[in-house]
Amino acid sequence: MTTVNDSAAVQVIELYKAFGDLEVLRGIDFEVRRGEVVCVIGPSGSGKSTLLRCVNLLEEPTEGNVYVGGVELTDPDVDIDAARRRIGMVFQQFNLFPHLSVLANVTIAQRKVLRRPAVEADRIARENLARVGLADKVDAYPAQLSGGQQQRVAIARALAMGPEVMLFDEPTSALDPELVGDVLGVMRKLALDGMTMLVVTHEMSFAREVADRVVFMDGGVIVEEGPPSKVIGDPAHERTRRFLSRVLDPAAAEIED
Amino acid sequence: MTQHAEAAPRLTRRQRRRLILGGEYGIFIIAVVLAASLADWGALKTNFAEWRVAKTVFPDIITVGLRNTLLFTVTGFGLGLITGLVLALMRLSSVPPYRWFALAYIEVFRGLPALLIFIFMGTGIPLAFPGTNLPGGVYGTAAVALGAVSAAYMAETIRAGIQAVPRGQMEAARTLGMSQGRAMRSIIIPQALRIVIPPLTSELVLLFKDSSLVLFLGITLEQRELAKFAQDAASQQGNTTPIIVAAICYLLITIPLSHLARRLEARQKRGQR
Repeated sequence: MTTVNDSAAVQVIELYKAFGDLEVLRGIDFEVRRGEVVCVIGPSGSGKSTLLRCVNLLEEPTEGNVYVGGVELTDPDVDIDAARRRIGMVFQQFNLFPHLSVLANVTIAQRKVLRRPAVEADRIARENLARVGLADKVDAYPAQLSGGQQQRVAIARALAMGPEVMLFDEPTSALDPELVGDVLGVMRKLALDGMTMLVVTHEMSFAREVADRVVFMDGGVIVEEGPPSKVIGDPAHERTRRFLSRVLDPAAAEIED
Repeated sequence: MTQHAEAAPRLTRRQRRRLILGGEYGIFIIAVVLAASLADWGALKTNFAEWRVAKTVFPDIITVGLRNTLLFTVTGFGLGLITGLVLALMRLSSVPPYRWFALAYIEVFRGLPALLIFIFMGTGIPLAFPGTNLPGGVYGTAAVALGAVSAAYMAETIRAGIQAVPRGQMEAARTLGMSQGRAMRSIIIPQALRIVIPPLTSELVLLFKDSSLVLFLGITLEQRELAKFAQDAASQQGNTTPIIVAAICYLLITIPLSHLARRLEARQKRGQR
């Protein structure tokens, strides 16, 4: 059995998640160390997004424990709102608040949750918007931005809360191909700044270059994990090899029975 | 040329379209002429559009009638909106008794004629609870009655609006550390209200008309709204013209409101926020 490791930023122990009869996660054990960038890859339906959503308890695990920064989120008595403040999350569909301006999107949780004074919230919002390259869009509304810009605002919104860990759920999957680069660029910079990141992604080049560790999931379990040079460069398992060949060269994939 | 053997010359598409259009206009014109020739214009004019009578109802029909109608409508709508929002949240509550109560309320108040509720408020409440007086007298009672009825309709509209806000909005808010209630107040409800502005505007039009039911609460001369005012004036003068004046007053408010509701709806369909 795995023991609780207080120095881990994220630790997941014996995690199970079922939706009715459908078992999505079947015993996951893994951890993310502070400052580490971990990419989770795997075919759709492998449970990687569910795993990510279990880390901040957007999905309630059926069994198992989740620790973030030494606090057990799966404890029924935990202050979940306080715990989530320390975990930033970026969604595939951005989920910006359409009724608020870019600046208000980034300040609202600072004001209402952290109770920061307006001037301070405003300053922190502008800093983080500058960090993602959108300092000039403070007064725009989400609908006026491209997908790539919206996703970068979403990253700034999460960063403004000063999180210890950032979760990314396929952050570039809903973007037009030419906009993917901007978002990945912001994420790469974030990784270089030492942010602890857990990223579910299909961008193999990003995983190869930025990740400290890659986790390959299939069928609700971790099939293999290790440095990207190993998991992506020289996978040990047949399932990993088959998945990678389909992702890296989709045109050559054969139809399976 | 094709091989089709045609006995009679067929109409071209253009000829056929002209024929149909001509027929439709023809029927319309005949109907109008028929109606106009059957009507007794002299009687119509003296009964419905007597200028001399119309002048006597001014300015009171505006300063008393329209003013009270607007007052009843606005207070009833305000109360109905707040109650409707509470009922909508109860309908979506995870606590079953709240859901049951809200559903029961909505079913009862939507299922009964508004008239019955007004009669009940006007006579039933004073009989059942003697000595109780709502603040504002008839104005308070009218606001409660109109609010109670419209809340049932607005609750269902607002509930649909809340459910139309994408699930990701709640998730994003919760992820930022907002509590369920905070996320509702700051993120979900503002968006839901935007979604339901067009249907709520239609509700306002209905309420504006329903405010005429206030007369069943037992009102004084000063408290008469448009419909009652016009009815009294008509029977006093033995002439229907005041009714027409009141009708025009109603339409002056309801038509622009309906138009506004349609425009808001069209704007929302285009996806502008």
